[in-house]
Amino acid sequence: MRGGPGRRFAVGPALPLLPFLGFVLVFLVVPTLTVVMGAFQDEDGRLTLGNLDALTGDAALTALRGSLVLSASTALIGAVLGALLAYLIVSMSPHSLLRRATLAVSGVLAQFGGVVLAFAWIATIGPVGVVTNAVLELFGADLYGSGWLFGLPGLIVVYSYFQIPLMVIVFAPAFEGLRPQWREAAVNLGASTWDYWRHVALPLLTPAFLGAVLLLFANAFAAYATAAVLVSQGQPIVPLLIRQAITSEVLLGQANVGFALALEMIVVVTLVMVAYNLLLRRTSRWMR
Amino acid sequence: MRPSTSFRIFRAVLLLAFAAYFFVPLLAMFDFSTQVRGSAPGRTWDNWQLMFTDEDLRSSIVASLLLALFTVVLMVALLVPTMVWVRLRVPRMRKVIEFLCLLPLTIPALVIVVGITNVYSWVTYVLGDSPLVLTFAYVVLVLPYSYRAIDAALSAIDVATLSEAARSLGAGWFTVIVRIVLPNITGGVLGAAFISVALVLGEYVFASLLHFDTLPVAMAALYKSNGPAAMAAALASMILVALFLVGLTFLSRDRHKQGAST
Repeated sequence: MRGGPGRRFAVGPALPLLPFLGFVLVFLVVPTLTVVMGAFQDEDGRLTLGNLDALTGDAALTALRGSLVLSASTALIGAVLGALLAYLIVSMSPHSLLRRATLAVSGVLAQFGGVVLAFAWIATIGPVGVVTNAVLELFGADLYGSGWLFGLPGLIVVYSYFQIPLMVIVFAPAFEGLRPQWREAAVNLGASTWDYWRHVALPLLTPAFLGAVLLLFANAFAAYATAAVLVSQGQPIVPLLIRQAITSEVLLGQANVGFALALEMIVVVTLVMVAYNLLLRRTSRWMR
Repeated sequence: MRPSTSFRIFRAVLLLAFAAYFFVPLLAMFDFSTQVRGSAPGRTWDNWQLMFTDEDLRSSIVASLLLALFTVVLMVALLVPTMVWVRLRVPRMRKVIEFLCLLPLTIPALVIVVGITNVYSWVTYVLGDSPLVLTFAYVVLVLPYSYRAIDAALSAIDVATLSEAARSLGAGWFTVIVRIVLPNITGGVLGAAFISVALVLGEYVFASLLHFDTLPVAMAALYKSNGPAAMAAALASMILVALFLVGLTFLSRDRHKQGAST
């Protein structure tokens, strides 16, 4: 900051950044630090590792396992089906109206979540949902069963609804980056369609695909609103356990356990996002 | 290479299957929203009218729309001058600003809510208990998306030359930012505004845990007493958000076109 005489006013030009920096400090940095420091303090502000013990308790471990299962399964379902859908879209003519429409719809649905998404699925396969009723009338089967929609299995179906379109948006550019010349070159050298996919396209697409899987994983792991509306009994995933910790006033000391759980979320999401950025750097080498 | 007929049939079948998965829940929601209460036969629009007649629901809609507006205004006021200034005068801070703006992508909204309670008890003490105080939290929430949209727009123009020309003609910094740079990045700013509106109208995490009655919170509460009306409000908000997001894709397409032709 303080250079030689030539940079006398080095601090001056940074002054207009103060409103922005102050805002981010108060509403983003302070809350994050509150969580990180709170995770290592007890009720009276003394340093402790006791809150972290709560993370190895039964409830916390079950919730963590639930969150990991939910994020991993919807990331894989979303990535595979989303990549398939992206390929179908990209295989259409670039001027096709259907192609533009499906991409636009994907952009909308990838942002879809929270209360509205929960409602949509309750209306579909809830206790008196449209599809539940139709299946009952046509096949006599009870699709709703014992309420699986409101537990972990239901969350997997519901989360896939925004994971697949997100994959389409993230991954369609990777397909578009495969140049027709590469395929022509492979065919000229005697490659079959299978050879081309196996030795040219798939190795090129793999880093982008893995990166997208990580992005989808983080997206599902951090999501809260849809689950909060859908699940009212039990805490099958970490975000819902955090809700219980910060809203229950019965159990003292729960606030700091909430901080510890929130720290757990930061750690998982940060690790995943760092890996994602490393993969992204690798992908951008050939994709322009 | 023209796709073969069998591939085209395969593609059509799969696209229909995807369409069913994505549109059946929306149609189901519409079906639900037009049902007469108590499973009586027939169809009604009463549940849709409730949005305008029900006092709680209406005030929550107004609160959410105002929040969207305030969030966009504060976001633009904070971000545009800062980003322009960084490009022109303190480029070494650019990485810092970018890092801070993209930080909310790695810190889940729920985590920020958990840590923000103290900050908000102070905010509500100073500004009162209106849902509109959520504006601050929502600006943080939309930072990454807004930053990217505005950054792309700024990269597409020559900010330095524009501002030097204006400055040498006697313009102050306010004039440079508001009357010279801003009109040249309207596409990016509009894109940032659209995505912000879309996010704010659906936001549930902050509003529900800090106990403010925005539209999503009111819908979740209404669902317990009047399911069909809650579904109608949800579908209406979904359509509004979809319009904003579709508008966004058109904006970004226009930008690509501009880039290609110049």
